[in-house]
Amino acid sequence: MTETFAVEILSAEKTYPNGTRALLPVDLKVREGEFVTLLGPSGCGKSTLLKMVAGLLAPSDGRLLLWRKPVSQIEATGHSLSFVFQEATLMPWARVQANVRLPLDLAGVPHAEADARVADALAMVGLSRFAGSLPRELSGGMQMRVSIARGLVTRPTLLLMDEPFGALDEITRNRLDSDLLDLWLAKKLTVVFVTHSIYEAVYLSNRVVVMAARPGRIVDEVFIDIAYPRGPEFRVSTAFSQYAKRLQDSLLRASGANADAAL
Amino acid sequence: MKPEVERVFYPSLVALVLLALWQGLVVGFNIPVFLVPSPVRVAQVLVTDAGLLFGALVNTLKITLLSFIAATVLGVLIAFAFVQSRAIETALFPYAVLLQVTPIVAIAPLIIIWVKDPTASLVICATLVALFPIIANTTLGLRSVNPGLMSVFKLNRATRLQTLLRLRIPSALPYFFGGLRISSGLSLIGAVVAEFVAGTGGTGTGLAYQILQAGYQLNIPRMFAALLLITVTGVLLFAAMSGLSTWALGDWHESEANHE
Repeated sequence: MTETFAVEILSAEKTYPNGTRALLPVDLKVREGEFVTLLGPSGCGKSTLLKMVAGLLAPSDGRLLLWRKPVSQIEATGHSLSFVFQEATLMPWARVQANVRLPLDLAGVPHAEADARVADALAMVGLSRFAGSLPRELSGGMQMRVSIARGLVTRPTLLLMDEPFGALDEITRNRLDSDLLDLWLAKKLTVVFVTHSIYEAVYLSNRVVVMAARPGRIVDEVFIDIAYPRGPEFRVSTAFSQYAKRLQDSLLRASGANADAAL
Repeated sequence: MKPEVERVFYPSLVALVLLALWQGLVVGFNIPVFLVPSPVRVAQVLVTDAGLLFGALVNTLKITLLSFIAATVLGVLIAFAFVQSRAIETALFPYAVLLQVTPIVAIAPLIIIWVKDPTASLVICATLVALFPIIANTTLGLRSVNPGLMSVFKLNRATRLQTLLRLRIPSALPYFFGGLRISSGLSLIGAVVAEFVAGTGGTGTGLAYQILQAGYQLNIPRMFAALLLITVTGVLLFAAMSGLSTWALGDWHESEANHE
């Protein structure tokens, strides 16, 4: 059986009209059901790459395919994607229920069905009790959960997450990380996750793609061969530290190479 | 004391103290009524000339409200046109600014000559004064959409109309109401200024005309009474717009929310 790739990035690159090279040509394939993390410092183009996968940014050269089709034709593949942003990006005037229902409203899903799916999505992120709340009445972590529920309500097969927990405190972040893994396992999602946290990358991923800045590029790739489900004890295990060290060395080497190049 | 009570109580206290001081000084120094009338005298005139003054107030209020409505409708329409394309905005915005910076007293005589109907000419003048804040604020509001939310709409393939109705308009509301608050006061000012210009030409029925007439007759207490009515009207308009804003945005927008 041949492998199915959910995401194929074929020599995609991004150069801005002013000549800034945000991203050198990148090749990356993500298998269906895989959890891949893009790890790197600010300015390494990891968000740019993710936005190109989502079709929010056009590559200046190269191609990006989702299930062998350009992102604009993803419907034809029977798959769909959701994007979770760094901020919760909720409509402040709308209650949680209406915020989560937004993608369904925009797609014209009938109200009764939409409401049932919203209830499901809110239950998945543990916010059923807060359907009637306004975003500002919720904590940062809860707002992020609403944002994830909004991403899940369309029942996507591909979840793209751009540093979704970056603004949260460590305890909340760890909780949401393990909730995310549960969801990923339960729904058999494909996830491409962007973070600048080495520990988050190790904890979550099948595979970590290490990126470097100026110009943005991929410099390394590390498979995290630890079985799921991964409990909290994994975070304090020797294997975890070894992987973290491996990634940190890789990041340091890349920035060191930059320093040399600058001389 | 509750904050709402405090908000009324303290300014009222200041008003009472100032009025008492005013009354005391006028009586104590025996200041003639044609220079500065005492508050009690102004209040008396307000009662004795009530028919005249409140009739004039109704006329001024009519001009104010008509021009305020006209400015709101026009301003919103122009703002919508502006956000449809940068080209339209770039082409027309300088003229909106031109409108704003030209003193209304300078163009009011022209408008009053050109437009036969006195009410219409006054409404046009006051509308010109009140228009710009609505255009500027609503345009800014329609453009001030959270870029992340914009991406959410884009990713979900929202149509232009869906984006306008579900995202741009709600995002613009706080700015729009800010514009309303400014323009409510400006339409009153515009109405009074236009009435002054019309009044010097011999026509007029509003409060400004009463002030002019009272000035010619050195009826200073009536002048004060008319002035008081204009001021109170302005404050009430502002309060009404603030109330409308709170009612409409009340529970979501940060500027209206009660943070503890």
